[in-house]
Amino acid sequence: MTVTFPQKGLPWLLLLPQLVVTAIFFLWPAEQALEQAFYQEDAFGLSREFVGLENFIDLFTDPLYYESMLTTLVFSFSVAIGGMSVALLLAVMADRIIRGKLTYQTLLIWPYAVAPALAGVLWWILFDPSMGPIALWLDNIGIDWNHYLNGNQAMILVVIAATWKQISYNFLFFLAGLQAVPRSLIEAASIDGASPFKRFWTIVFPLLSPTTFFLLVVNLVYAFFETFGVIDATTKGGPGQSTTTLVYKVFDDGFVGLDLGGSAAQSVILMAIVGLMTVIQFRFIERKVQYS
Amino acid sequence: MHHLKLASVVVGLSVASSGFAATEVAWWHAMGGANGEKVNEIAKAFNDSQDAYSVKPVYKGNYTETMTSAIAAFRAKQQPAIVQVFEVGTASMMAAKGAIYPVHQLMRESGQSFDESTYLSAVTGYYTDGDGKMLSMPFNSSTPVLYYNKDLFAKAGIKHAPKTWQDVEAVSKQLQASGVSCGFTTAWQSWVQLENLSARHNVPFATLDNGFGGLKTELAFNGPLQVAHVTKMGEWQQNGIFSYSGRTNDGAAKFYSQECGMFTESSAGYAGIKRNATFDFGVAELPYWQGQVKQPSNTIIGGASLWVLQGHSEEEYKGVASFLSYLSRASVQADWHQFSGYLPITKAAYDLSKGQGFYAANPGTETGVVQMTTGTPTGNTKGLRLGNFVQIRGVIDEALESVWSGKVDAQTALNTAVERGNAQLRRFEKAND
Repeated sequence: MTVTFPQKGLPWLLLLPQLVVTAIFFLWPAEQALEQAFYQEDAFGLSREFVGLENFIDLFTDPLYYESMLTTLVFSFSVAIGGMSVALLLAVMADRIIRGKLTYQTLLIWPYAVAPALAGVLWWILFDPSMGPIALWLDNIGIDWNHYLNGNQAMILVVIAATWKQISYNFLFFLAGLQAVPRSLIEAASIDGASPFKRFWTIVFPLLSPTTFFLLVVNLVYAFFETFGVIDATTKGGPGQSTTTLVYKVFDDGFVGLDLGGSAAQSVILMAIVGLMTVIQFRFIERKVQYS
Repeated sequence: MHHLKLASVVVGLSVASSGFAATEVAWWHAMGGANGEKVNEIAKAFNDSQDAYSVKPVYKGNYTETMTSAIAAFRAKQQPAIVQVFEVGTASMMAAKGAIYPVHQLMRESGQSFDESTYLSAVTGYYTDGDGKMLSMPFNSSTPVLYYNKDLFAKAGIKHAPKTWQDVEAVSKQLQASGVSCGFTTAWQSWVQLENLSARHNVPFATLDNGFGGLKTELAFNGPLQVAHVTKMGEWQQNGIFSYSGRTNDGAAKFYSQECGMFTESSAGYAGIKRNATFDFGVAELPYWQGQVKQPSNTIIGGASLWVLQGHSEEEYKGVASFLSYLSRASVQADWHQFSGYLPITKAAYDLSKGQGFYAANPGTETGVVQMTTGTPTGNTKGLRLGNFVQIRGVIDEALESVWSGKVDAQTALNTAVERGNAQLRRFEKAND
């Protein structure tokens, strides 16, 4: 259905609030970051020197920057895939419950209300090598847990802390998606003798693909951009650089280290990566998505 | 009725006039919890002591957040008159010549009597310029010391607190033989095990007097002493004499749980340890390597100082100066020192605390002060003035972690850290030259 407006002005007027918000909160800061990336400047903004591409060259000649990219990929895909799998499993379970359904669903949504830094601190306490209950339990079954020294364990910790919150969000969408699957299709399949497992994979899962695709995009963006609070509260990027993701580095260099030029150059690169990722997702993955 | 009206007018007038008279001075700080309440108390006591100025303390979050907000505020021309900045931010503040109002200049221009020789040079030295003039006012300073568990020591038959790192090794072995799983752990590894290690042995951490000589400074912590120490710590990590517990002071948990018998941590950690330790503990000076130095030098401080920012009226600066004088009073200093565990900044405050019997009643609280004030600070022990120091500490943390986990040897790790740290120094030089 197409709506036609009598004059040209009205649609623009209706769009205006959104355009203003986008310009002030997204385009302007992005432009500022782009400009800043070509300067080196002291923290107070008293002296400023144009350095051309030097901030970028510094980054791309630093082997650790590439390591950080790899770390980011491992981290982001673990968070996205881990969070979505667990959420899907929980959603399928919750969808089948008859009694107390609302209680289960409400409880599963709760963690989303927890602030990222708080979630980080929570997991940091649970996994503290000397006093964390989980670390002590792991110790009992013969796993020496020390994420202060072991990079892989530190990565597991930040992935768990970052995923935990996101599970609730994903759960909500999967549950809504499941409830939209027509019962008649599933009933027809059961009459034909399809097992629950087969019914899920051949009917429900394909019908969920728009939701899954949407969540994949949202989760990757979350893992790329919004997780520095969690990392800061749990590992501070260490040990070594094993949990220093690109966005944590932006935060650390910019807000903690006050290296504005270097930090801005990194955000520009991050913007480019996310733009590229979104294009790839929409061009290649979306083709496999079936909308209704 | 008539009288009541008149009275209310008079009251209203006097309220209005006192509102006019008191010039407000904003003070942004990073002291949370009990120390934050104490800060409010100090400001209130100052405000009550006179009626020309009113200091308004505002808690702005941790050190990093406080500094970042002050800088953002400066860029937006909304800066406070006083801001508390941690020691690693010193070089950034100092380099921002147009943004700061050096304390010695402020005091002179506001006509406050100000004698720099009454301050403890080991404390103020960190915040002075090339001519020894104070740029900022030290507020909360601390220095690393060694805490040890007296109960575990007694159980293992250890009579004396360790003085040298050789002692620490021997004592740790005795502790382990008595069933303790780890000898010692450390907080703030870069500060304690590299920066203060260097100062204690009077070797440079960086060239040009640890950066006091200018922006061209280069890191030098990959010398034989530091490499030997880090190598040894790496070995100790493998055999349990040392147990790494993170970049900040999370190691306290290992000390409280009696997993580790010793803990190198800031002297300002005293109150926390006293509150949490369920055992008897002692405080010893930071160990040194016997054979590497005849007489260990003073250690350097950590903590924060108060910087005065440009862009305020003369009247406000008078208020700032009078507040800083108030803060330096022996009674105010001694009270703050005894309450918080931070070092006193004047000799008078130290003597007053001693006279009040504070150190006798709280054994261990004097250790840091004594250790700080032994000898005259040299170019290697005055402090550190390095740009982008926050990032450099990050680089050092990474290097040390790679040694503790056994991935890299100490020499290679420290060489890499020096190289990466120097790149940060050059970036800072370029941005601030």
